[in-house]
Amino acid sequence: MPEPTSEVLLDLHHRMVRIRRFEEACGKLMEAGKLPGFLHLYVGEEAVAAGVCVNLTDADQVSSTHRGHGHLIAKGGDFRKAFAELFGKATGYCRGKGGSMHICDLELGMLGANGIVGGGVPIAVGAAFADKYTGSDRVSVSFFGDGATNIGAFHEAINMAAALQLPAVFVCENNGYGEFTPRERTQAVADIADRAIGYGMPGAVIDGMDAVAVWEAAHEAVAHARAGNGPSFLEAKTYRYYDHQGIKGLGVSYRDDAEVLEWKQRDAIEKLEAQLREAGVLDDAGIRAVHDRIQAEIEEAIAFAEESPEPDASDLLTDIYTDRA
Amino acid sequence: MTATDTETEVRELPMGRAVQEAVAQLMRDDDRVFVAGEDVGGYGGVFRTFAGLLDEFGPMRVVDTPISEQAIVGLGTGAAVQGLRPIVDVMFMDFMAVAMDQIINQAAKLKFMFGGTATVPLTITTWAGAGLGAAAQHSQSLEAFLCHVPGLKVMAPTTPYDMKGLLIAAVRDPNPTVVIGQKRMLGVTGPVPEEMYEIPIGVAEVKREGSDVTVVGIGRMVAEAMRAAEELAGEGIECEVIDPRTLQPFDTGTVVESVRRTYHAVVAHEAVRFGGIGAEIAAQIQEEAFDHLDAPVGRIGAPFAPVPFSPVLEKLYVPNASTIADGVRAALGRAAPGS
Repeated sequence: MPEPTSEVLLDLHHRMVRIRRFEEACGKLMEAGKLPGFLHLYVGEEAVAAGVCVNLTDADQVSSTHRGHGHLIAKGGDFRKAFAELFGKATGYCRGKGGSMHICDLELGMLGANGIVGGGVPIAVGAAFADKYTGSDRVSVSFFGDGATNIGAFHEAINMAAALQLPAVFVCENNGYGEFTPRERTQAVADIADRAIGYGMPGAVIDGMDAVAVWEAAHEAVAHARAGNGPSFLEAKTYRYYDHQGIKGLGVSYRDDAEVLEWKQRDAIEKLEAQLREAGVLDDAGIRAVHDRIQAEIEEAIAFAEESPEPDASDLLTDIYTDRA
Repeated sequence: MTATDTETEVRELPMGRAVQEAVAQLMRDDDRVFVAGEDVGGYGGVFRTFAGLLDEFGPMRVVDTPISEQAIVGLGTGAAVQGLRPIVDVMFMDFMAVAMDQIINQAAKLKFMFGGTATVPLTITTWAGAGLGAAAQHSQSLEAFLCHVPGLKVMAPTTPYDMKGLLIAAVRDPNPTVVIGQKRMLGVTGPVPEEMYEIPIGVAEVKREGSDVTVVGIGRMVAEAMRAAEELAGEGIECEVIDPRTLQPFDTGTVVESVRRTYHAVVAHEAVRFGGIGAEIAAQIQEEAFDHLDAPVGRIGAPFAPVPFSPVLEKLYVPNASTIADGVRAALGRAAPGS
């Protein structure tokens, strides 16, 4: 197992705090009625996106899910463009045409959040095919939830990646619920990673609340793919602190408060901060400074988004087709 | 025949060979072009439209995939976003239903959803049409589904010449494009130049000029409309037959210009009549040329039923020259001969 350097620990922490602060701010904006549409928050799952993406370059690609902000930010996403997109503004990542569920940054290899569960997995496999086809050493990571592992597109795509030995990593974020239904009611398999053997690829279960553990496993899986040894599968057991949609959703109870509390006590950011202190990499003041700096960026970005112009009526009919050069 | 004519005389090729030649030339011309789909490699395609390509280009560019339509289209979409020019084959049009999420929700919409930052130069080839006793899951004409989706382009070439030219145009076009061939026309031969050439996307062709009625045929119904026109000419009815060739974008201008001269229109397709592309064409004609119409726009299509297996029932189901001729007579208020 590789040991994370203090640089890696700081990088993990930075990405996780960026995601947490961004998502908390989104939740508040939504509750204040400022964001149109649906909002699926990533709070609680930060270690997964960060732990994987620290191992990636900007040229490596990720496909994402309806809960996609975390993947964008872990890939280095820009707060201003991200908030502007959530506000539906012309300055947003997608010029206000995609919103939360389609947020993307192709320059960072972030191939889009996706409103269709499992819909991004075949696209990530296509990107991995392009990487192999062009002889590049890039890797394509597909993030998806436990629920997506029950949809046909997932099976088709992961099998194809294995059959064609593509440079792909499949990262299952098992947060225990498909929308509002506990996973146990929709799958008989104990560990989703058990399915990897059925596709003929290595699979591992990892603690998705432990950023270092995710980083270590992803480090190996990414190196495996980059070296031309084919795809692998990681199942990160994690938890979302908030509802499927928004902070409280419709307020319908489907999880025990005790269960939520139990997971929150295993908070990945607090765990990593304890590790940072213990390793002497950051002290309390240093940790607070990271949070404060990121919070200031968040507030500046929200102001930018709020002041940004709405799309023009003419934008309705653009970006549908590409003109031939 | 002059010397020049002899030199430029073009070979006749069957439709399937026109596809194979277009794909091979595209692949020689551009390293970014590859083919993926079920049986496209070792077997050369279930309709032999990719025969010999594996030998010439190898397995990285002629990819035998699992029977996984969603993953096939997704493979093409992801690779296209990364800058390649995939041709993915969904052999029977009916199977596109298996891949509809990847076609409709992903490939068609990525560019718009991503604010213009993505480009998806993907080509999907597929084969439609009844008349082979292939029953309800291997015979459909589902073009209307695709034409309804902003972001897609849809082509329905009906001659080997148009097939080669439109397929080349589709692959070079930077948008997700579906090229629909007609299974029953795979063996139909016609002149096909050896060199690469393109048929412009969104431009109809007037196949026969006439002054009494405009007949718009889709897919195999173009040939049936030409037969009907021949028959009707004997009755003194001159049909102008138009092959749109591209269904999305649709060349409304050519159709409307014709209707303004003929005052009558009939649209014919093999797909189910209700909600078929003919309904859209009829609506556009009445919107743009209402004052020129002497009669309602006639619509010829299949009845609202799945494609039957029984050859007897299937023959009743699929429109043909005779039903098109009847539709033309009805639009003109003319009785059939002998009636």
